[in-house]
Amino acid sequence: MPQQTPPADATPADATPAGRPEIEIRDLHKSFGDNHVLRGIDLDVAPGEVVCVIGPSGSGKSTLLRCVNLLEEPSRGTVHVGGTELTDPDVDIDAVRRRIGMVFQQFNLFPHVDVTGNLTLPQRRVLGRDKARAAEVARENLDRVGLADKAGAFPAQLSGGQQQRVAIARALSMGPEVMLFDEPTSALDPELVGEVLSVMRLLAGEGMTMMVVTHEMSFAREVADRVVFMDGGVIVEQGPAAQVITRPAHERTRNFLDRILDPAAVEPPVGEDPGPTRQPEG
Amino acid sequence: MTSRLTRRQRRRVWQAIQYAVFVAVLVLVVVLADWDRLANQFAQPDLAARLFPDIITIALRNTVVYTFSGFLFGLVLGLVVAMMRLSSVTPYRWVAGVYIELFRGLPALLIFIFVGVAVPLAFPGAEIPGGIYGKVALGLGLVAAAYMAETIRAGIQAVPKGQMEAARSLGFSHARAMASVIIPQAFRIVIPPLTNELVLLFKDSSLVLFLGVTLEQRELTKFGRDLASETANSTPILVAGLCYLLVTVPLSFVVRRLEARADKAT
Ligand SMILES: Nc1ncnc2c1ncn2[C@@H]1O[C@H](COP(=O)(O)OP(=O)(O)O)[C@@H](O)[C@H]1O
Ligand SMILES: [Mg+2]
Repeated sequence: MPQQTPPADATPADATPAGRPEIEIRDLHKSFGDNHVLRGIDLDVAPGEVVCVIGPSGSGKSTLLRCVNLLEEPSRGTVHVGGTELTDPDVDIDAVRRRIGMVFQQFNLFPHVDVTGNLTLPQRRVLGRDKARAAEVARENLDRVGLADKAGAFPAQLSGGQQQRVAIARALSMGPEVMLFDEPTSALDPELVGEVLSVMRLLAGEGMTMMVVTHEMSFAREVADRVVFMDGGVIVEQGPAAQVITRPAHERTRNFLDRILDPAAVEPPVGEDPGPTRQPEG
Repeated sequence: MTSRLTRRQRRRVWQAIQYAVFVAVLVLVVVLADWDRLANQFAQPDLAARLFPDIITIALRNTVVYTFSGFLFGLVLGLVVAMMRLSSVTPYRWVAGVYIELFRGLPALLIFIFVGVAVPLAFPGAEIPGGIYGKVALGLGLVAAAYMAETIRAGIQAVPKGQMEAARSLGFSHARAMASVIIPQAFRIVIPPLTNELVLLFKDSSLVLFLGVTLEQRELTKFGRDLASETANSTPILVAGLCYLLVTVPLSFVVRRLEARADKAT
């Protein structure tokens, strides 16, 4: 990372002790009223590891990801990120969230400021960087996602793929240790998926710790160190991408993969176009 | 018999009736009104000419100043009340709700009388800063804030939920996210209704005459009324009315343009 600004309350030396996972989820439960969505998730993500989470719609993937930066408050269990327990009621959640970048399906760029503003506003308001420094970091990260020429554009003037790349650059500008992606390409036209996946591939190559909820099986197979299959609020199986995707051990995983790898077999869920995920045999 | 008419015929008959009523009312007004007396009482050109430049440099100017001071105070207070309305602290929501119902439910005139009488009584010795301008800002602002609070609340709630989530995920506190991300977007949404509120305030500023003003502090309505009684002729009232329209009609036009643009943007 070109810029690391550990918050004051983090002690970088022991933030992630050797051998300690970057993300550590223990016995995580989440209910919305009577709806018991997460039913005991245990998951570790090592520093620099890329974990792809797959599973049918409604299985709790987004909820899991949102619990990792406390956009949802877990009902039970603990979540540690970089050695800090998020679920500790005394934790400064704003300070922790600065270390965790999140990319949403709907991009969620700030429409009232231009691309540079999207990248500099959080740096200035949250990290207290001065204008010149924030602009410099913004330029670096726009460069990284290949959008240096769009610095002055407003979000509404960009394609979906460009907006999502800006959203990634915005998260990166905060210098996160971990990046969470919640179906980053599901809202995109098929021809725009590739440019976003390339940026994510680049990040993975740089050693970023990533948790990616996705339906892009080719991306998972190529980039993920580990694939986690969720169904009904539990992790059904996990392992190396090649194993889970090509030789799933569980019936439920097989059924899911059959459906998603052969879009002709079943109507794709709304807003989730699995077009480019179709796999050639082999 | 009407059942024999086709739908098209029935519509023609109905239109004919509407035109007939319109023409009848017009003819009645033209024939029955005493135009000579009206012109005599309301349209004396030499009298109208004597109103200038004071009606512009004093009366219209004061109307504008009163309106803006009330609008600014109302905007700040309205924002505070809107935030209270959306707060997670129940008593805040409750107070804001009572405030909104109270000040939307009372005639503005009563509130002006209240500001003029009750406030000096309740806080003896305490002067409302800014003299008459402070009092007007308070009176108009108290009324405007109740309406603006509801408008702003609706504007804040119209900002997609993902905006707050994106801001929080970047490390913004709730308050900072509100200030730098949500409220700037909400204000774009509420510019047309707030401009509308400005038009309403512009007219309500006439209530200043109940606060007791000096000659130099008169706004359009008071100015028109005073000169009408001095001259025993109503022409000043008509000219004052035209001065209001000079501002309100273009403002309303701007509101419609803003609304059309907002519709297109969504
Ligand atoms: N904020 C919420 N309030 C109530 N129910 C929710 C909320 N968020 C998610 N859910 C429910 O949790 C379940 C899992 O949703 P989600 O985590 O979005 O699944 P996925 O991302 O795997 O499609 C769904 O039944 C959904 O209706
Ligand atoms: Mg989801």
